[in-house]
Amino acid sequence: MSPETGAPPREIPKERSMLLQKEMIAGHYQDLASAPETGRKVVYTFVPGNLTELMRSFDVLPVLPEINALQSGMRKLSGDYISEAEKQGHSEDVCTYVKCDIGMLKQGNVGPTGQPLPEPDLLLLSYTGCFTFMKWFELLRQEYDCPVAMLHVPYQADGTIHDHHRAYVVEQLESEIIPKLEQVTGQQFDEDRLRAELELSAVAEDDLVWVLESAKNVPSPIDAYFGGVYYIGPMFTAFRGTQEGVDYYRTLRAEIEERLAAGRGPITPDGELEEERYRLVLEGPPNWTSFRDFWRMFSEEGAVVVASSYTKVGGLYDRGFRHDPSRPLETLADYCMGCYTNLGLPSRVDLIADYIREYRADGFMINSVKSCNSFSVGQLLMLRQLEERTGVPGGFIESDLVDPRYFSAANIKNRIESYLQMLEQKRGTAA
Amino acid sequence: MKIFVGVDLGSTTTKAVLLDEHGEPVGRGITNSRSNYEVASRVARQEALVTARFNLVRAALAADPELESVAEGFLPLLERTFRREQYREQLERLRVELQSAARRDRHREIHGELRDLVDRIVAEMDELAGRHYGALAVRKSDFFRDLAGADYMILAERYARPGEIEFETLSGLFDRAILPVENSVSETSVEDLVGRALDAALTTAPSGGQGETERLAVAVDEARSTRIEEVSSVGTGYGRQRLPFPKEQIRSEILCHGLGAHVMFPATRTVLDIGGQDTKAIQVDENGIVTSFQMNDRCAAGCGRYLGYIADEMNLGVHELGPLAQQATTCVKINSTCTVFAGAELRERLSLGQKREDILAGLHRAIVLRAMSLLARSGGVEEEFTFTGGVARNPAAVAALHQLVAENYGERTVNISPDSIYTGALGAALFALSAERKAA
Repeated sequence: MSPETGAPPREIPKERSMLLQKEMIAGHYQDLASAPETGRKVVYTFVPGNLTELMRSFDVLPVLPEINALQSGMRKLSGDYISEAEKQGHSEDVCTYVKCDIGMLKQGNVGPTGQPLPEPDLLLLSYTGCFTFMKWFELLRQEYDCPVAMLHVPYQADGTIHDHHRAYVVEQLESEIIPKLEQVTGQQFDEDRLRAELELSAVAEDDLVWVLESAKNVPSPIDAYFGGVYYIGPMFTAFRGTQEGVDYYRTLRAEIEERLAAGRGPITPDGELEEERYRLVLEGPPNWTSFRDFWRMFSEEGAVVVASSYTKVGGLYDRGFRHDPSRPLETLADYCMGCYTNLGLPSRVDLIADYIREYRADGFMINSVKSCNSFSVGQLLMLRQLEERTGVPGGFIESDLVDPRYFSAANIKNRIESYLQMLEQKRGTAA
Repeated sequence: MKIFVGVDLGSTTTKAVLLDEHGEPVGRGITNSRSNYEVASRVARQEALVTARFNLVRAALAADPELESVAEGFLPLLERTFRREQYREQLERLRVELQSAARRDRHREIHGELRDLVDRIVAEMDELAGRHYGALAVRKSDFFRDLAGADYMILAERYARPGEIEFETLSGLFDRAILPVENSVSETSVEDLVGRALDAALTTAPSGGQGETERLAVAVDEARSTRIEEVSSVGTGYGRQRLPFPKEQIRSEILCHGLGAHVMFPATRTVLDIGGQDTKAIQVDENGIVTSFQMNDRCAAGCGRYLGYIADEMNLGVHELGPLAQQATTCVKINSTCTVFAGAELRERLSLGQKREDILAGLHRAIVLRAMSLLARSGGVEEEFTFTGGVARNPAAVAALHQLVAENYGERTVNISPDSIYTGALGAALFALSAERKAA
């Protein structure tokens, strides 16, 4: 599910992949809305470390609460939902995804397409790197009184997935997650079916990586952050392991290949970018309540994001990971442990430093969201280390995920412009 | 004379600096930003042009050694005369607006009396104007709104007739009338006003003999006839998006403050600017080029506005806060620099029996602590350290800053220019000049 559904971007010329994605998402929400009639089971789960192929092998439909929250943010509904949650006693400092979701629930649980979301048959917590996720599902368990399956995912403090980590996760998959799914669905675990889905995932993953890496070209045919969040949509959510997903990425790749061959720049809220003036790497999630305004603050200055960490929260495919049908449970374990926010700070710094070099970036910028500890803790430290290591100056802005009160347009615009002018000035003296 | 203009449109004041083609400052002006940025920017620029013209007069007088003794008295006289003329011209516009406000329907039952009273008040204000611009006068503010407002309110209180013409009616008229006066630029061009002031100053200047008077007239004529040609301008500051300049003539205030501070103190490596709405910590290299910066988040906690609210709460002028805080015997620990909560915290402290000056000392320290956090985030305080912005004129804030910098970073040279409020505008003017040099 990409941000595409909620507010159709009128200004953006529609490409085939966009329409395709929109149809896929509409179909998914239709399946969800009709689940009470069709009897399909519904699992609530999160984007990082999601076990989509495993869920699909049991024919269950995933609901991703943080995607619903960002959708509500884009559709300008999150402010009301958050107020609702605060009325229920959730403090101002709580992750705004959580409050938005709770508020949405309290107001009838109507999803991004305007259709009601079904209640969960299972809450599947398959990533514990974000502590808030655990608390979030505790709150949902109170509401729904349904079973919870929890997979404890070891943090990659030293940046390595050790064998004992993998064995620990596989053991939990076998003893906890799969039995719970069997119990809820009444179906037996079918390993062959899982393998077939993992195979389809890997095909789509190859194409996604090609798309993301197209930004190594100068000028870049894509924006790997504002455009990137659309590109990762199907991959990070309900469509891994499906033929639809494979077709989507094939189509997207063909479009970008064409764009690249024709020397065309990335799409922006105001049409195609004519001149790439700055190449940036971006760390941190975007702001969703003013997504387009935020995007414009970059695109109007000719700033293109060539690589971003946010588009790796659902997997670091560009660093070589692929779902591997030959070792189905091990590959799921690796996937759960390998998402960006599960990396220790030194690994995050390594990754961004590599991006700056590989993508020939002029600078990097951090969008810090205070209520999102998975990202924000240590960001200033990362900023200093990255500056020292790469010699490239960093910029720092602050906003929020979906609380519209925390997006100060004038302040953010001021910082972005100042930062870009600083890059320009440095360039002037270097020349 | 070719000039390059920098305008810094801040949330509280708007500043303009003029540089000549050699990069020398030749004029500067300041005005309150009011609610109309375009007017504020035009007024600040006009003010700067006035000082540029005065500086031409000063130079012409200095060029003639025989005028040495006259120059000393003539220039202050010229400035006072100009200010008085300018004040009167604005006062006349205020009178017209007051009359128009008095004609509104809601006052129909007292139309006649109200209009007579307004004329009487303005006439007395006109007499007081001479006192504001006397040789030894000390003015609390240079902004028309403040000066005229203070006189008007005193007179309104004096002449209000409870039951007939209430004080509130009169003060309401002022609030209504001052906006259009502030938000329009005088039709009388600045050059005319300066010319009138020059004529008046020439006639009232104490005569030093026939020869001297003639020489003075010649020098003044020469200064008057020099053409000031504006080559280009650059805008910056909080309101820079609304400056009437094309995009390529707009620079971030962070870059402008960095460059301005570098020109004022060439060894500067760290700059702290505390303005009305934001606080910026900036690191610059040996050429004044920004290498890193941090600024406060969306809220204006701990910025100049915070002091403004505190001053309002205490019924003091913002410039009185620092000196009062310096009389503290102990420093109260303040938790919140939130501008919204400032009043509440202040009242709470007072109700606990804590002394005003001690609370103020705590408030100043709290502001500086917040700035210290931004400085740390931007890369620390390097030698030399330059402090700019409106708050740099507050002695208590400066004292707290000295202390905290020394505690955290050791001894540092702390530069504060008396002209620090113009730092951003100076940087902007330098950008205008360097763009011209590059193009040439």
